[in-house]
Amino acid sequence: MKSKTSRGYLLNTVVVVVLFIGFQILTSLKGSEGSFKLVIVPSIWQCCYLMVLAASLNLVLGFMGQLSLGHCGFMAIGAYTAALLSLACERAGLFENKSDLSFLLVLIASVLAAGILAALLSFLIGIPALRLKGDYLAIITLGFGMIIINIINNLPFCGQDGLAQGSAAASLYKNGLGFGSKAKVQFLWFALVVTILSLTLMFMFVRSKYGRAIRAIRDDEIAASASGVNTSYYKVLTFAYSAFFAGVAGALYSCTNATLSTSSFAFTNGGILNSTFVVVMVVLGGMGSLTGSVVAATIMFFVNYQIKNGAWVEHLPASVSGVFEYPMLVYALVLIIVILFRPKGIFGSYEFSLQNLIPDIRRARERRKAAKAERKEAQAHG
Amino acid sequence: MNTFFQTLIVGLRLGSIYALVALGYTMVYGIIRLINFAHGDFIMVGGYTMIFVMPLMLRLGLPAWLGVLAAIVVCALVGMGTELIAYRPVRRKGTNMTALITAIAMSLFLENLAQAIPAIGPNPKVSSQIFGNGGFKLGTVTMEYTTVITLVISGIVMLVLYAFTQRTRLGRAMRCVSEDKAAATLMGINVNSTILLTFGIGSGLAAIAALMYMAQYPKVYTTMGALLGLKAFVSAVLGGIGIIPGAMLGGIVIGLVESFTTSYISSSMADTFVFLILIVVLIIKPAGILGKNVGEKV
Repeated sequence: MKSKTSRGYLLNTVVVVVLFIGFQILTSLKGSEGSFKLVIVPSIWQCCYLMVLAASLNLVLGFMGQLSLGHCGFMAIGAYTAALLSLACERAGLFENKSDLSFLLVLIASVLAAGILAALLSFLIGIPALRLKGDYLAIITLGFGMIIINIINNLPFCGQDGLAQGSAAASLYKNGLGFGSKAKVQFLWFALVVTILSLTLMFMFVRSKYGRAIRAIRDDEIAASASGVNTSYYKVLTFAYSAFFAGVAGALYSCTNATLSTSSFAFTNGGILNSTFVVVMVVLGGMGSLTGSVVAATIMFFVNYQIKNGAWVEHLPASVSGVFEYPMLVYALVLIIVILFRPKGIFGSYEFSLQNLIPDIRRARERRKAAKAERKEAQAHG
Repeated sequence: MNTFFQTLIVGLRLGSIYALVALGYTMVYGIIRLINFAHGDFIMVGGYTMIFVMPLMLRLGLPAWLGVLAAIVVCALVGMGTELIAYRPVRRKGTNMTALITAIAMSLFLENLAQAIPAIGPNPKVSSQIFGNGGFKLGTVTMEYTTVITLVISGIVMLVLYAFTQRTRLGRAMRCVSEDKAAATLMGINVNSTILLTFGIGSGLAAIAALMYMAQYPKVYTTMGALLGLKAFVSAVLGGIGIIPGAMLGGIVIGLVESFTTSYISSSMADTFVFLILIVVLIIKPAGILGKNVGEKV
């Protein structure tokens, strides 16, 4: 058994490294080409932070079974921490421009600081909040999310008069960690490494004894605590662990966008980035499946992007393309249809794995065949 | 002292609007355990209906506020349609979480559908004056007619609703379904039509809330329901969700907190205090102010 596990790890590592190197070669070859630089690379950046964000919420929602509607608050903390730290470092003269080695250190420090601050705050929030369950927990986390956004808004050095303003936002490109399209190509490896590392860490968490404990809490909290699982300890720990990665996602967000405005993290904001959408991503991908979250984040981003910018929209008949002027409308419809026909989400609780791919497919096919036969039999009898 | 009473009255007025919306949330939550995120958008539906009906009313020589009758009908239909098309199929198949996602999707759908309708569009619309201008002096405090009417109407609506749920057969059926669906079915109550009725009444209340809101802030836009609905839901939770007097109490508390922080501390921090109050109450009394803590059976 042990050898199989280690073989699986080895296989995954090899595949990831090969893919990564291939991608690096591709980047260095096509890095200066227009569509690659202006469309594909920024899309990858956005996918990266969405993936990390969705996967981090999946820890709380899918594996621990606690609904949190304030996840974007932690992302906002991460985004602002990273941006402010990088600005401060520039002001202190730690780096001159983005090709410096010291900039890389600042970048790493910003990402880490973003995660740590988000985790600390979520630890403080989690202690009182996680005493509640179900819908009440959802509401209290929503409340904390709103408060975080509101406080950031009212801080004199960020919020509405600070980073969100045009001049200051432009300075995030020049002085902070905001990446222009050229720098995005140059630092693409960084986004990928951070994403892969985060996902790996989360995956390891889920597979560890902590993961088993929180799954026990999800399935039956009373039974878990009766069998010696310290439920409040594991809940707060997981909450903080998940917020850490939400903070990291926030740091990636401020790298990608270079303009920060609290309204983009607010609960009432209608865009792709609010706490409800993260929940939607997790449910769409399947609660309790990290790979599902990754796939769902990519799909959500892709659908969103295609509806807004896709060339094929113009070829549709006028009556249909009129609807596509309102991307969120289509989005909502897609969502309702998916929920109606596949309430478990795309992956359910299945984890995609390279090693088990073939046996998994075979098993799924057998199961489908069995279900079909059963239905046929029921029909014959009924 | 003058400012204090003025703030108090503003808070009561705001609170009674929140309470009306919160009633819709609390009724739906009480009966199917679903946070109906689309409820805030029913206010928007009511608002736009009134925008279109009010000129008609004025042309017929009727007072503008009679447009609320049309709004109630439209809102109730939209609410029941939402339940029939989206919530009921999902409830039959999915879990709580999928129902919640459907509610979020429905809210998005309504907001964006309104934008896609050419007569509405994304720009805000301004309504005409609904109630008469002016007011009277009570000591040193000015009472506007709008405020008085808002308070009186919402008081009457709440009393009627409370009597309805306590005294009538349908109201009893509603309470019964929210307590135990299986037992209600055994007692000969049609659970599905009771749920439908709840959606109709809750959405109709949203239309009345829209009237009150527009009387004060005569601007209607497609996302007007989002924050209003959120605060109303917070009120419902604060008072104890599923309990009708709780929604009223919660709404008034939230309205007062908001108006007092706005005038005494900072207007931009008002939301923080609203949610802070919620958090404090939930930590002290997890089931809300009027809610009963039910111990868990093992």
